Amino acid sequence: MNRLLLNKVILVLSTLSALIGIGFLFWILATLSYKGVTSIHWSTFTKDLVEGGIRNLLVGQFTMALIATVIAVPLGMMAGIYLREYGHGSKLASIIRNLSDVMMSAPSIVIGVFVFALLVDPVGTYNGWAGAVALAIMMIPIIISTTDNMLALVPQELREAGIALGGSKHKIILQVVIKAAKVGITTGILLSFARIIGETAPLLFTSANNQFFTMDLSGQFPSLTVSIYNLATYPDEASRNLAWAASFILTMIVLLINLFGRFVIRNKK
Amino acid sequence: MTFKKIVTAAVAASLALPAVNADELKGRGASFPGPVYKAWTSDYFKATGKKVNYTPTGSGDGIKSITKRMVDFGGSDKPLKPGKLDKKKLYQFPTVVGSIVLAYNIDGVKDGELKLSRAAIDAIFTGKAKFWDDAVIAKDNAGLKLPHEPITVCVRADKSGTTFNFTYFLNKIDPTFKVSKKPTWTAAKVVAGKSNSGVTANIKQIKNAIGYIEYSYKLKTGLPAAQVENKEGHFITPTVKSFQDAAKYATWTPEKHFYAVIGDPDGATSYPIVAATFILLPREKTETNKEVTAFFDWAYKNDDKAAADLGYVPLPESTKEQIRKYWEAHKIK
Amino acid sequence: MGGKLFRNFSFLSATLSFFILVGIFAVLFTYAQDAMHTFGLDFLFNEQWEPGEDDEGGIFGGYIPIVGTLLSTVIAMVIAVPIAMGIAIFLTEIASVKVAKPVSISIELLAAIPSIIYGMWGLFYFAPIVQKTVGGNGVGLLTAGIVLAIMIIPFMAAITRDSMNTTPPVLKESAYAMGATKFDVIKDVVMPYSKGGIIGSVILALGRALGETMAVAFLIGSVMHLPKHITDPTTSIPVLLANNFAEAEDLELSSMYYLALILFVVSFVVISLAKFYFFGRKQR
Repeated sequence: MNRLLLNKVILVLSTLSALIGIGFLFWILATLSYKGVTSIHWSTFTKDLVEGGIRNLLVGQFTMALIATVIAVPLGMMAGIYLREYGHGSKLASIIRNLSDVMMSAPSIVIGVFVFALLVDPVGTYNGWAGAVALAIMMIPIIISTTDNMLALVPQELREAGIALGGSKHKIILQVVIKAAKVGITTGILLSFARIIGETAPLLFTSANNQFFTMDLSGQFPSLTVSIYNLATYPDEASRNLAWAASFILTMIVLLINLFGRFVIRNKK
Repeated sequence: MTFKKIVTAAVAASLALPAVNADELKGRGASFPGPVYKAWTSDYFKATGKKVNYTPTGSGDGIKSITKRMVDFGGSDKPLKPGKLDKKKLYQFPTVVGSIVLAYNIDGVKDGELKLSRAAIDAIFTGKAKFWDDAVIAKDNAGLKLPHEPITVCVRADKSGTTFNFTYFLNKIDPTFKVSKKPTWTAAKVVAGKSNSGVTANIKQIKNAIGYIEYSYKLKTGLPAAQVENKEGHFITPTVKSFQDAAKYATWTPEKHFYAVIGDPDGATSYPIVAATFILLPREKTETNKEVTAFFDWAYKNDDKAAADLGYVPLPESTKEQIRKYWEAHKIK
Repeated sequence: MGGKLFRNFSFLSATLSFFILVGIFAVLFTYAQDAMHTFGLDFLFNEQWEPGEDDEGGIFGGYIPIVGTLLSTVIAMVIAVPIAMGIAIFLTEIASVKVAKPVSISIELLAAIPSIIYGMWGLFYFAPIVQKTVGGNGVGLLTAGIVLAIMIIPFMAAITRDSMNTTPPVLKESAYAMGATKFDVIKDVVMPYSKGGIIGSVILALGRALGETMAVAFLIGSVMHLPKHITDPTTSIPVLLANNFAEAEDLELSSMYYLALILFVVSFVVISLAKFYFFGRKQR
């Protein structure tokens, strides 16, 4: 009896937990959608922050995230390839793999502080490059881990078949192994892109912010997330609404990339 | 390969977009004039196409940023003394006068209804008064039903010129209170926010809170603000008129780089907590300084209205003329 | 020839994460030297944070932000662990595939929402509710802890679910065949089997909570006071950095680096513990 009761209680509590989790998701999304949709106008996309829009912020945030991707993807993938294809089983590879996993969870604000010391303090001005590098540092370990894991899923026979056909190792990696893992790796890149584009803390003291449209990465650079942080508490209704609109758009971008990433996995696997 | 496409697109995007606008002016600092600078930079951009990017963080950040030459100009409502300016190699001039109001969030107490004597303000911010119905507050508010709820004091998390000017006023009431950009608060319940915006949001979100913010922040949120007892013992409602009355008592001396703390002035109708806000310029950068002064000259000439609409007091013409002479004397006009 | 180049480049890339980690440590350590020499380890236990006249010198101690970081994390963990476990159990053992799939996706999406959104939502929609129901200021340790919990729950639940899913069905089926209830199976089969992974996921979430900035910045109150009550406002290391790093100079700046170093080392230790001890050297 007692045992059966306990069983029921636990099952009910678990279901309740799931409901709470889902409940919060919908609560947050509902507020966000309501505040966001009612605050979005056409001019939100066509004007820059100085005139009450987020055009420059979107372009700025995407630019930094894309540059971060350009830096992080080749480095991260090559590192992942080393761990899986060359160094597999070696002590060094296992140390690097673990360090990279640890780095994945390093506090993002600390990365901001680190890049400030490295690329802002010596240069003497907040700049977009620093922002991009900070985001890249966040992204590299994620790409390493994804590549490593996805390459592990590629059947050994494929590699053996390649060798039997007389291919050199790096050609097999590039033409056979990577090709076989490309869906998984693409998904990983998409998801990590979605992760870094929503980051605020690493940008606070690196890119800082700019209310005008600019592509000059050597100066203060427009950031959507830093702007949300600033605008959220502004005294005037218009600024706060802009913060909600920006938050809504950012969340939609992040969620759509996530859904798209998962969709890619499901349909191509 | 999809990721190849992404990479290609990214490279193309970062190369194809031309590098433009290297010539914008950058400023950081005081949030006290944040709203008026936002209006000025926006109007200036519309009128001339020239870009001034001002980030309202806090005066502490403004002083540091300009000292380390990370920006073209710094904003601070804590004026620096001439000796300090010489040491940091900076010029300094005022832009507008604003006022600090005590905004609150108490159910049933409307704008201007709460009267705060000098003793009450001291008691609230030092923590001697812990509840809203404390005798020192209730004494002057016989008509109000003040709740027996603990007072939450909203202050600044950053080094702030607004805090400097407010503690300057507290110090006039209670000389043991240290004038500081970031004092140690002794009240029982303190919540800190970053910049005037952060404090404003906290007051708005927290029931039974009170805090000190620049008037335009109150104006834009519609938060109620208290009448404050001035030097001559009158309770003064914060209005543009009472700020103007207070600003009249300010004296400016270009020889001292306009150093002046103008809080707690004389006058029966003066609102007591007023302050000027200042711009700091690096002495060696003649060329960008000329662009910065051109911007402020434009604002002095054309945009007093934006300042007045936001509840700031524009500088009188005679002071503006003094500032222009100061620029000329230092060859930065 | 090209093969060698390729191999070397991949090797260099692989060592990069090592160099970044060492680089972060070295840079923070170097910039923190002033504060370390001036305050030594007393820094950890000193409540004062007072810049000197004209921002030169001063006395700094990290006690309050360190305590604030630990307390907000503890509150978050106390709330998050049972709920995340509940969700994982629901997903693996209770829900049918039809239900589990959309719920799973929702939970994962919740984990993807940028932390600044949690902070904003927390300040404008959640804090007033906390003030009304629990009392206090609405903004403070408790509110920060709860929102932090909401943030890490999906993350923790997803990893725990994955660990629980590794339990071989055969084990579960034979337990059921012997008349075990679902709870018996969870307690005696699934939990013991996936214990390492579950504890690991808790520790990883702990690491995330320790370093979280934006969600907490709006909600903890940012004030250098030691909390006497669970609803009292205080501050944490990431929040202090976010608010005051840019304006700090001289010894105060060095003290900020010192705090960043402490946070970095603590989260390094926590995460390493999760990785090496509980997840083991998973041969992937």
